[in-house]
Amino acid sequence: MSKLGLITKGFIKENPTFVLVLGMCPTLATTTSAVNGLEMGLATMFVLILSNIVISLVAPIVPDKVHIPVYIVIIATFVTVLQLLMQAFVPEVYKTLGLFIPLIVVNCIVLGRAEAFANKNTVLDSALDGIGIGIGFTLSLTVIGIIREILGSGSVFGAKFIPGDGVLAFVMAPGAFLVLGYLMVLFNKFAKK
Amino acid sequence: MAASSSLKNMALCLTGVCLVCSAILGGVYVLTQEPIARAEKANLQASLSQVIPDGYEISIEPVYREMDGARYECYNAAGAGENEVATAVKSTVNGFGGPLTVLVGVTSDGCVYAAKVLSHSETPGLGAKCSEAASHFVQQFSRFDPSQKSLKVKKDGGDIDAITASTITSRAYALAVENAVKLMKEDSYE
Repeated sequence: MSKLGLITKGFIKENPTFVLVLGMCPTLATTTSAVNGLEMGLATMFVLILSNIVISLVAPIVPDKVHIPVYIVIIATFVTVLQLLMQAFVPEVYKTLGLFIPLIVVNCIVLGRAEAFANKNTVLDSALDGIGIGIGFTLSLTVIGIIREILGSGSVFGAKFIPGDGVLAFVMAPGAFLVLGYLMVLFNKFAKK
Repeated sequence: MAASSSLKNMALCLTGVCLVCSAILGGVYVLTQEPIARAEKANLQASLSQVIPDGYEISIEPVYREMDGARYECYNAAGAGENEVATAVKSTVNGFGGPLTVLVGVTSDGCVYAAKVLSHSETPGLGAKCSEAASHFVQQFSRFDPSQKSLKVKKDGGDIDAITASTITSRAYALAVENAVKLMKEDSYE
């Protein structure tokens, strides 16, 4: 597969949200607005790229029987680093995402890519895979966030353009499932040939 | 490709990985300790300046006051004039979805200068509106004089307009403000 293909496959062909259907917990919970979705996507991408790089480096020397604990420790380290950095430099973002940052440790996308890709590919390929899947995840979350924000609060990225309160259900959990479901239908109809 | 899964290899590998990871975490923790403390201080300062009148000197060292067995975290501020003092009270009550913490600025005449939600777990889109600084609900607590008006929601016979469909949140918020006012009133009698 070409290097460019490694990045772009994460957008549509192996889109983590609509095709692989991984990492549903942050997808449903943090996409109440476009900004939240975008920030969550970027945070996950940061961990994904770094853990992919490091795991592809250490994979040859890790005994098979303990590879999952080793990967989890590596991922948890990066998540904690991210958490500390966010607390220090973007406390506002940290406040809105809060609980969902530590939960990146158990995000299936991160461990899934480590297992399915990083431990049998080169460092460069793993980094590109991390970037691709990360961008795909970020885009998906942002799109869900935009739709929920328009329907739920009448605004996009905080800029209000529809007066009034919007449909409350879309800000809450049922709206997350509805938007995700319909987007998946559209995605499978048009994008996945 | 992978090293054999002998006990020695596994122990070595796990120990090594954990050592390296803890070293990285320790390093990042030390590096970020100061910025985190600074960010928290700036955050507190920003919240305090919203509930204390402009031009007041705010002390960010907390003082504690007690009322009805509950402990309240307070921050004192002093204005230019002799009797110009104000206090920001961190007042926590039970909201609809969990604890609701409101920072209430009370001036020396017993009036509420402003109030602001510090943390809440109210329903998004309904009770969570109590954290929107520009909303009518929050604005009505600005320059509120408890000796003229009652800090109860209209449903309970008071003067506070509740948030639509969130009477419990509104009641809790008003109670938090009322507790703060009461605390400062008791304090001035001592």
